[in-house]
Amino acid sequence: MLDARTLQQLTDIVGAENIATGAQDLICYGYDATQMEFLPDAVVHPDSAEQVSRVLQLANKENFPVFPRGAGSGFTGGALPKGGGVVLVTTRMNRILRIDTDNLVAEVEPGVVTEAFQMAVEKLGLFYPPDPASLKFSTLGGNVAECAGGPRAVKYGVTKDFVMGLEVVLPTGAIIRTGGETVKGVVGYDLTKLLCGSEGTLGIITKIIFKLLPYPDSKKTMLTVFDSIDGAARAVSTIIKNKIIPTTLEFMDHATLTCVERRFNLGMPESARAVLLIEVDGDRDLIEKQAGQIHKLIEPLGLVQFRVAKDAAESEELWRVRRLVSPSLRDVNPDKFNEDIVVPRSKVPDVIRRIEVIQKRYDIPIVNFGHAGDGNIHVNIMIDKSVPGQLEKAHEAIKEVFQAALDLGGTMSGEHGVGLAKQPYIPLELNAEQIAAMKAIKGALDPNNILNPGKMLP
Amino acid sequence: MTKKHTDPLERVAQEMKKCVKCGACRANCPAFGTFQREPATARGKVALAQHLVKGDITLDDGTYSAMSKCLLCGSCVDKCPNQVPTDEIVIAAREALAQRRGLTTFHKAVGQVIRNRKLMNLGALAAAVLGPIFFRKVPSTSGLRLRFPMPFIGGSRHIPQIAKKPFMKRHPEIIKGEPGKPTIVFFVGCMTNFVYTEIGEATLALFRHLGCTVIIPQGQQCCGLPGMSGGDLETVRELAEQNLAAIEKHQADYVMTACATCGGALHKLYPLVVGKRNPELKARLQAVADKTVDAAVLLQKLGLHPEETGTGQRMRITYHDPCHHRTAGIAKQPRALLKETPGLELVEMEGADRCCGLGGTFNVYHYESSLDINAGKSKAIIDTGADAVVTGCPGCIMQLSDGLKQAGDKTRVLHTVELLARKIRR
Repeated sequence: MLDARTLQQLTDIVGAENIATGAQDLICYGYDATQMEFLPDAVVHPDSAEQVSRVLQLANKENFPVFPRGAGSGFTGGALPKGGGVVLVTTRMNRILRIDTDNLVAEVEPGVVTEAFQMAVEKLGLFYPPDPASLKFSTLGGNVAECAGGPRAVKYGVTKDFVMGLEVVLPTGAIIRTGGETVKGVVGYDLTKLLCGSEGTLGIITKIIFKLLPYPDSKKTMLTVFDSIDGAARAVSTIIKNKIIPTTLEFMDHATLTCVERRFNLGMPESARAVLLIEVDGDRDLIEKQAGQIHKLIEPLGLVQFRVAKDAAESEELWRVRRLVSPSLRDVNPDKFNEDIVVPRSKVPDVIRRIEVIQKRYDIPIVNFGHAGDGNIHVNIMIDKSVPGQLEKAHEAIKEVFQAALDLGGTMSGEHGVGLAKQPYIPLELNAEQIAAMKAIKGALDPNNILNPGKMLP
Repeated sequence: MTKKHTDPLERVAQEMKKCVKCGACRANCPAFGTFQREPATARGKVALAQHLVKGDITLDDGTYSAMSKCLLCGSCVDKCPNQVPTDEIVIAAREALAQRRGLTTFHKAVGQVIRNRKLMNLGALAAAVLGPIFFRKVPSTSGLRLRFPMPFIGGSRHIPQIAKKPFMKRHPEIIKGEPGKPTIVFFVGCMTNFVYTEIGEATLALFRHLGCTVIIPQGQQCCGLPGMSGGDLETVRELAEQNLAAIEKHQADYVMTACATCGGALHKLYPLVVGKRNPELKARLQAVADKTVDAAVLLQKLGLHPEETGTGQRMRITYHDPCHHRTAGIAKQPRALLKETPGLELVEMEGADRCCGLGGTFNVYHYESSLDINAGKSKAIIDTGADAVVTGCPGCIMQLSDGLKQAGDKTRVLHTVELLARKIRR
């Protein structure tokens, strides 16, 4: 609990209208998309790196934890104030500071909503490719802290591939800059890469310098339906082996198709066992050629339907199949665990088969879809928490799913991070030496363990 | 005691469980857009309602205030991956809070007024006579004729003038049409009856043009939506029963409204909140709900030919979707009619389906935020370069007119039926 004097000092830093201690605010800043809830003691909305720094200095002096938070849309509890303390919300820092069209870089504050940034650069003919599913409401600061991915990662990479530099307030309150605006730069440790995906445990991001690309001339969307999961997976490797890197290779398994079909009746062919949504972008003539090549390459792989969108409206119609997945899933069971494992893309059918075995063993529905191009599968374990024993079964199944991914040379999280949700499973992937090295970094930067304590590392 | 207080929330307890707090509702919520604080989001309100049910939150002003920060526009429901009906949850929470802490003085007064048509008639007469003495005149072409100085908010709200004679007092209850043509009950609504009587006249003219028999039940009251804003569901229930009785007196093929809000009340709200304790009443309300149809939708269905009615005068227009239309799936029909009207050029504004910021009494309780939302709407309208913005809700008309006046703009604000009825009313 914070005493009155500390609360007054916090108020002095951010201003009375930017601190809240009422029950309503504590409740509303105590959840995220994990369904977990922990109440903080206070919520502050700073407006500058300087204010963030002063909050952290006070936290070190008075020994209270600080939990940085953007839109609170995370899937692993990274922003949850477990144990109480101060939630520090970055959404007031939401200015796009500059977009430099000569050097193709932009400088933004962390509270900018991802889609708003994309739209701002696109108006200038530029492109910021990272596109997490939450892009309409998640913030860029959160995207960097969690290293968000998205469907376009197969061609363009994830958030960290676009971060050139940061302004960060370290846990002790020091304000530093990392990286810069140049493509090359090798002086010192790469703190930028260290902070991307650090889940708010090593510093609070107050400015971000992003690399931008020219906006692709045009794009082409194709919906392809296969009679087997192997056919779809082989289609992915065949396309890439033939030196075509699509922007997007989204995949839906049979269980997913059944859900969508049952709810929305899209008229999928009877023999449909897997769907790949393929998108290519670039020069208009080139993508026409690529679409033709892709059709020819995948035709022998059990293709039962191939649809190409003629225009933006048709493209949206094809994407609809993918977007309907989420609302369909609840028909299976009311509660879901959405895990985001990654395997080398050629191993996608193997991991799906392993998951089928797990599903049968535990007798709980598991629905798989995701980004086949980079091997990132969203494994949705659907349960009903009110049925006794199901939650325990789900946890056991999750552990086995992670082990399957690791056995196949993968990882247990591609884009959601560890936070609280995956913390118990960390020793499956990292050994004691790796964890010790990471703890040494955390200890060096945050000697009093005040910044987002209890997250990520066990 | 406690049981009774949690009743309205128990009505939606199952629905609340659907919310996974993903945050998708942050993207489109006009209230969050202006307040920028989590308790103003849909998921925030669901979280608070869940705590209300658990009983582990003090029902203080903070929760009431959070629940008041909702325009019930339904945009969160549209965009929610799990289709959580936050609007219904907020209505239930407001009712629960009103039961617990009592209605505010303001909402008590609202309830008193809307439950009493005689009082409204009297008030309207007084306002029509006295209004011009107290208010400053602004040009009548603005769609607003008076300016109400509001020193406490540092600006002036533009409010429309009350009509000298209410619409319903100008017409008999039954206006006979041609044999074999549909019979339509016209649910007029307060704004049309007391303020924008021209909307009522245009609607009447159009359906008479089509040969319909139009019935204007004299026993009809306010739809009750203003009461719902403050959690006064008792008033809504009372008015729903009176309106039901007035409508049921007549055999009709359709119950028609030219107000999106009234349409929303008859079509969705009544069956949702009124019949819970009385299945027989619920069935009767549902029967009326099934017959309820918006004027533009019905005109299209009955085969109105806009070339016979519209003036043909050249005009560039843009269309604003009222929230109660968007949530009922009404968007294409009015646009189709307007596009067919000779002389009209329809240009779409950015965010045509975004709320204008009125939101029932939200506009009174959170006037500055309402203005903030409205300012974005005005900019979108002005950016189209249209001569007029057209819509299907008198409430939106009032709000849009206020916003455009505040922006110093001269774009006219009209109801769809006004443009469609121009020729036949000459």
